[in-house]
Amino acid sequence: MTIAIIVIVAVVLIGIVVAVMYNSLVTLNQQSSEAFSDIKVQLKRRYDLIPNLVSAVKGYAKHESTVFKEVTEAREKALGANGVAETAKADGDFQKTMKSLFAVAEAYPDLKASDNFQKLQDEITDTEDKIQAARRFYNGVVRDFNTKRTTFPTNVLAGSLGFKEDKEFYAVDESEAEAIEKPVDVKF
Amino acid sequence: MMLFLVFVAALIYLFSYLFAGKSSGVFYGGLIGSTIYVIVAYYSGSKMALAMNRAQEIQKKDNPRLYRMVENLAITEGLPTPKVYIMNDPAPNAFATGRDPRSSVVCVTTGLLELMNDKELEGVLAHELGHIKNYDIRVTMIAFALTVVISFIADMILRFTIFSDRENNSPATLLLGIFAAILAPIVATFIQLAISRRREYLADATGALATRYPEGLASALEKIGKAGSATKVQNSSTAHLFFANPLKKGSISNLFSTHPPIKDRVARLRSMGTHA
Repeated sequence: MTIAIIVIVAVVLIGIVVAVMYNSLVTLNQQSSEAFSDIKVQLKRRYDLIPNLVSAVKGYAKHESTVFKEVTEAREKALGANGVAETAKADGDFQKTMKSLFAVAEAYPDLKASDNFQKLQDEITDTEDKIQAARRFYNGVVRDFNTKRTTFPTNVLAGSLGFKEDKEFYAVDESEAEAIEKPVDVKF
Repeated sequence: MMLFLVFVAALIYLFSYLFAGKSSGVFYGGLIGSTIYVIVAYYSGSKMALAMNRAQEIQKKDNPRLYRMVENLAITEGLPTPKVYIMNDPAPNAFATGRDPRSSVVCVTTGLLELMNDKELEGVLAHELGHIKNYDIRVTMIAFALTVVISFIADMILRFTIFSDRENNSPATLLLGIFAAILAPIVATFIQLAISRRREYLADATGALATRYPEGLASALEKIGKAGSATKVQNSSTAHLFFANPLKKGSISNLFSTHPPIKDRVARLRSMGTHA
């Protein structure tokens, strides 16, 4: 009789432990999906500001058509990106074209002085800050998930519970690191 | 927290042992009364804190620098954006209130906005958001509530010891009761203050992690240390909510302070980047 009780208690305890492990992995998994969606929300905000920016610059610098083309194409590509790695790469590529666009704007003092342009710059700088904040949060959640998945005792069961891989960080290319530090060069 | 709960339980047990059956109606009535007080304080605590300090809510257009910083830090920490309030006071200080992230509020003084540069302001705001993220307001409210309950029980024990008939209790037990009753509120206050100080260090660390730049917060603390953080409105019941001690120095010794000394906080922050 006592042996039966001990076995039942042991099974229940193990069940609880497994449930807790599974739930914590699921929770972190869901949080990371949400965090990635938040990055996309902020990115969309930035891409929505771009057509206005391009037309503002075009008003003063009609003949710089290559830059405008590059910006528009990079934007299209970025809007269509799926998954973390693709989004991060498209993000980095887009940043490069933005730098060229602002470099063009620097040659036109009337443009830089215009209210419209300054407001847009303001919005874009804030949006870049928000993108960085969202990236940081996402990477934090991914770090927590990966750590949980690979540390004892959860790592023993993680594979069999269906969590076979670490998630990837929203990493930006080494050469893009400078673009991240100063998200958009809005210096005059 | 566990220590607190054990303490309260022990006191209740002691009380019922000493005075089983005598006028327990008064005791339970009082206990229910203080529980109601605590619940009310819990739910309306943040409104009281804001009203007492005469804070005004602002929108993004009123102060974009401040509002955007709060917004972006909230995104970094994965919190909903708190409401932002400004308090008119030359002393640089800030506080956060609200029992969970959804109903949270951050308030800064006009002095803080003037004195701090962007990185330092960010550090202070990150610290406050850290408090919200760690549910510190809830922790300190509960700790404060338990202090109230303990003080009440201790008070009851004292009254009953003086006015009861002593047929059932030996002098030794009564003496123990009196001793415990006098010491209990003091010990409870010490525990509550120690909890408050630990949570301050924790909020410093959470803030530093969010900004990845502990130096911002360290330099803000140094500036506040020099400028003095005593606010015009002195209120000891909301003092623990502030970033730096808002009460004037002099009458309060280190043991009774709700905040750790600024030098220690700065030292801890500065050592954060340097060890592996």
